[in-house]
Amino acid sequence: MTERYVLAVDQGTTSTRSLVFDRAGRMVAVRQREHRQHFPRPGWVEHDPMEIWANTQRTAAQVLGDIPDAGDVVALGIANQRETTVVWDRRTGRPVTRALVWQDTRTADLVTELCARPDAGLVAERCGMAIAGYFSGPRLRWILDAVPHARERADRGELLFGTMETWLIWNLTGGPNGGVHVTDVTNASRTLLMDVRTCRWDPDLLAFFGIPAAMLPEIRPSVGSLGVATALSPALPIAAALGDQQAALFGQVCFAPGEAKCTYGTGSFLLQNTGTELVRTRSGSISTVAYQLAGEPVHYALEGSVAVTGALVQWLRDGLGLIGSAAEVETLARTVTDNGGCFVVPAFSGLLAPHWRGEARGLIAGLTSYVTKGHLARAALEATGWQTRDVVGAMAADSGLALTTLRVDGGMTTNNLLMQFVADVLDTPVVRPMVGETVSLGAAYAAGLAVGIWSDVEALRRNWHRSALWTPDPGRARECTAEYPRWERAVQLSVAWGAP
Amino acid sequence: MPGTVQSIERAAAILQVVAASHGTLGVTDIAEAVGLAKTTTHSLLRTLLLVGFVDQDRATGHYALGTGLLRLGSSHLDVNELRARSSNWADALASRSGQSVRLATLVGGQAVVVHHVFRPDDSAQVLDLGTALPAHSALGMVLQAFAVQRPAAAPRPPDGWREELAAVRSRGWAAERGEHAAGEGGLAAPVRGATGLVVGALGVSGPVTAVFDGRRQPRSSLVAMVTDAASAVSRELGHGG
Repeated sequence: MTERYVLAVDQGTTSTRSLVFDRAGRMVAVRQREHRQHFPRPGWVEHDPMEIWANTQRTAAQVLGDIPDAGDVVALGIANQRETTVVWDRRTGRPVTRALVWQDTRTADLVTELCARPDAGLVAERCGMAIAGYFSGPRLRWILDAVPHARERADRGELLFGTMETWLIWNLTGGPNGGVHVTDVTNASRTLLMDVRTCRWDPDLLAFFGIPAAMLPEIRPSVGSLGVATALSPALPIAAALGDQQAALFGQVCFAPGEAKCTYGTGSFLLQNTGTELVRTRSGSISTVAYQLAGEPVHYALEGSVAVTGALVQWLRDGLGLIGSAAEVETLARTVTDNGGCFVVPAFSGLLAPHWRGEARGLIAGLTSYVTKGHLARAALEATGWQTRDVVGAMAADSGLALTTLRVDGGMTTNNLLMQFVADVLDTPVVRPMVGETVSLGAAYAAGLAVGIWSDVEALRRNWHRSALWTPDPGRARECTAEYPRWERAVQLSVAWGAP
Repeated sequence: MPGTVQSIERAAAILQVVAASHGTLGVTDIAEAVGLAKTTTHSLLRTLLLVGFVDQDRATGHYALGTGLLRLGSSHLDVNELRARSSNWADALASRSGQSVRLATLVGGQAVVVHHVFRPDDSAQVLDLGTALPAHSALGMVLQAFAVQRPAAAPRPPDGWREELAAVRSRGWAAERGEHAAGEGGLAAPVRGATGLVVGALGVSGPVTAVFDGRRQPRSSLVAMVTDAASAVSRELGHGG
């Protein structure tokens, strides 16, 4: 039998990558292209959607040329940066403004205003998440308010809204010439506009945010049939689309309630599958959609997003010049045996889950003349571990599901000191899979499942292999538990410091 | 100043003069600048030339800082950096070969594991980072074969050892066949840094029957996987680019 392959497009914050995976889940080819980051004002972050579409076409064509016979590729799956918002003209295919990126904070005032409305409680009740500038709904509203004539044109049905997967699918399926205007349920769940129980656009939420229904894409299951990518050669069925963190959950084969993964990058994202029942959060995690296979019920997840983890190590390198490369932080941290009483709270632009305190600012607590740069490096790594404990604690309180193992991926997982600390601070084994590219692998798995490359999720489970395991040390775990209140106090201080 | 070494002090003074003069001074001027006899200065410069810390212009006889000195700062490769840069290739090697993968480097003359990827069969395995490997392991042999200098304190090698290491150098890989763990085989190849020096060894280990064929030869497909992966890591580190 000839080999069959799946193409995955990972449309990320800094680059667009096209990858080809084989039936064993091994990556056989990859192409990547970075796109420009636009920072027109402090706090504003924009991408050019046309540049991203061009990069998608180019990398996909290249990677299809890298394998012996592109005809062996049978499906396309898309994973995308979440909450990044595009509005474009349905006749010309031109965006009305650059995409507002998920890191963009321009909607802060709008969000404050919306939160003060008497009916604001409706939002969390319907969509599962409190109003925050992190999500795409407020960005869409901002575009309608700020771009001249956007609202009238949207009301007339001339403009379309989408997150990145919607933009790419519309273009891949023909653009102005019959492009399919769809989103998947995971991306739709991040807009604040969808009823998280019915997985449909909610008229009351649309009224609350002032969004015309005519510009919204149709919500589809994540895994199934989203259109045919006629812009590619050969034309491929688009069989899956997922937000990148949900794709990583899929790539880590977390299909059972309680199974969780954490991706450690610039920031970190911990998602725990909670099964087909929606878990209402009270402790600061987010109730989100994990994935939906066509014809099956929606699977939900709890999510804990941490804004700054790897970015703190980058700051040690670029801001302080303490290290020459990110990996050297482990060498520096190993020059000492503990944090020397030092704690770093990296609230560079506030704290996300589970605190949600935008006003918090970073601090270094516990400085004495005993503290060296080695202690500082260790405290910086520990900050990632403590923040993981914060979100795991919040999730456990919400879901009642015990975390038996944490699956990890991302650039920071090559740091053994950090991974051992995470195992100790959670008192839970930490495992890393063989394929570190979990986001694109998840998109490939989802697409391959839809077209029958893999028979079911159990077949995907068999592809998952452990490449490393960090087991908690009982003594260190007890010490971490004893030290945790000091971390919590440092967090409170960072919030107090940033208060107006 | 008790405890200082006079010739190192003098060499340092010479290097400072050479650095400041930007290649405009010969031995007479340098001797004058550091206040030493010309013969003493000449023999110190000869040694610095041999180790690559200074270069001499053939036409003018003037001295300049050597490339060996300039590389000192950049050739240092942090072991954690080495692990981070090799991680994707080590994963791919484990995934393709079906065996466990280790990356080792010399620490104080001994081969030490700095990265370990489990055999992809989900059996119980323990990360053995920091483990010192015997010289006869495939990883150890590669590192010894390509070591810049044998540590002075090392014991006299057994008969045939030099020949064995020479064979590793010419083949570009080393194999072990149950020499230090019964039934365990291994293959390893050198990883080179940007300057071309060998900075580590990347290898697989597994049952002897998985590593060797029926004629007791290392499986050629596995040799190719290991040497390809080691070359890929070397490229990642800037070698040959």
